[in-house]
Amino acid sequence: MFLINCPFCGEREQSEFKAGGEAHIVRPKQPTELSDDQWAEYLFMRKNIKGIQFERWNHIHGCRKWFNMVRDTSNDEIKAVYKMGEKPPVK
Amino acid sequence: MKNKYSIFSLIKNAFSYHENWEKAWKDPEPKKEYDVIIIGGGGHGLATAYYLAKKHNMRKIAVVEKGWIGGGNTGRNTTIIRSNYLWDASAGLYDHALKIWEGLSQELNYNVMFSQRGVMNLAHNLQDVRDLKRRTHANRLNGIDAVYLNTEEVKKFCPIINTSPDIRYPVLGGTLQKRAGTARHDAVAWGYARGADEMGVDIIQNCEVKGIKRNGDAIEGIETTKGFIKTNKIGVVAAGHSSVIANMAGLRLPLESKPLQALVSEPVKPIIDTVVMSNAVHAYVSQSDKGELVIGAGTDDYVSYSQKGSHDIVEGTLNAILELYPIFSRMRMLRQWGGIVDICPDASPIISKTSIKGLYFNCGWGTGGFKATPGSGDLFAHTIANDEPHKLNAAFNLNRFVSGDLVDEHGAAAVAH
Repeated sequence: MFLINCPFCGEREQSEFKAGGEAHIVRPKQPTELSDDQWAEYLFMRKNIKGIQFERWNHIHGCRKWFNMVRDTSNDEIKAVYKMGEKPPVK
Repeated sequence: MKNKYSIFSLIKNAFSYHENWEKAWKDPEPKKEYDVIIIGGGGHGLATAYYLAKKHNMRKIAVVEKGWIGGGNTGRNTTIIRSNYLWDASAGLYDHALKIWEGLSQELNYNVMFSQRGVMNLAHNLQDVRDLKRRTHANRLNGIDAVYLNTEEVKKFCPIINTSPDIRYPVLGGTLQKRAGTARHDAVAWGYARGADEMGVDIIQNCEVKGIKRNGDAIEGIETTKGFIKTNKIGVVAAGHSSVIANMAGLRLPLESKPLQALVSEPVKPIIDTVVMSNAVHAYVSQSDKGELVIGAGTDDYVSYSQKGSHDIVEGTLNAILELYPIFSRMRMLRQWGGIVDICPDASPIISKTSIKGLYFNCGWGTGGFKATPGSGDLFAHTIANDEPHKLNAAFNLNRFVSGDLVDEHGAAAVAH
């Protein structure tokens, strides 16, 4: 359990949020051109990093808006929170 | 040759106050080179080493474990064993394991306390009823014992369940697999470790893998905290940390690692002599031989390696437990813990070769790997020894995420994810 600083609502309990998985996976621009391997890569393969991970969250029991988060998955420490479309504030 | 455990060895050792028991396994330093190295000393990894030595006559085998054997998910699960999965491929896989469980204590000369006390899966809405009936039929076609029970039969089989129609999610029926049950998780790891050690397998604890050395598409060895070890074949059985190892080899896996929690109560007298699982409200419970209620909670929805879960997950599970079993309202919980489970998009495991020659993965067991331990070890050993999957694990290859031939077992996985 941890607290999340929603960029729209402020600090709330993590149970108000829904995790949306790895961030910055770009939807294929030309889906009809994709090979099966490329589809598998886009749909299923994940970094699943132990350490600093970029991910999407939704404040599902609050403002219901999506945003991005940088979190250390080894200890659940949140490094930064930023809005959709923005560049990540840390590398 | 190790001394056989028996009533006589027990009596003999009683005279020396149980201070002279032979060590069940050695604690060797790694040799320079092995034919096969298994990464991960949990139940699945130790079973793999055991069957590699026993059935495939391989001798220079090492199991490297970053902590102590059986200290990961092997020692953190709720010990439930069953094989009532929907699809033919899964039924074959899990029932293969169940058949080995039935003779495992004798084979290993180690009491794994396998107890076929039955597993009941409850239905709480009309869709559950339809799904569970369909699964019962599918199970029976695959030769797996399964029966569908109506509400009265559920109550008769487990009288402490609240079957009142007035609860939020009333019990509309359930399935029962009588051959299913539980086993002692530590004993499984220790039994396989003892058996493997006897056949010359080196079980190397406190040895964390730091890197995988490749020469082009071939494997050269592993970098560990105890130095470099040369090998041409690596079997990775690292559960929640599978992706971490895969990254070392430059491989991508379709996994997400998430915390899964369980908890036990204070010990009480026998009150529930079976395992009851409920997918819809997410509650499952059994009672250990010590008398503790063993309760499984759900997974968190975010990736984490912290071995801690969220409190609200436990709270939700306990709400459901209390609605179904009002008799437990004053039970006190003794311990709570989390393990990191590697979840596949189709809730089925991967026992497979990879694009790198000599590198094999056994992962993606998600929330339900314990039940498969002996079968998983057997089939993974076959895959490594022959460089080809056994027909029972052929469907569980990595390529299914490219071909689209998934084995969707979200319905039978019993832990919603």
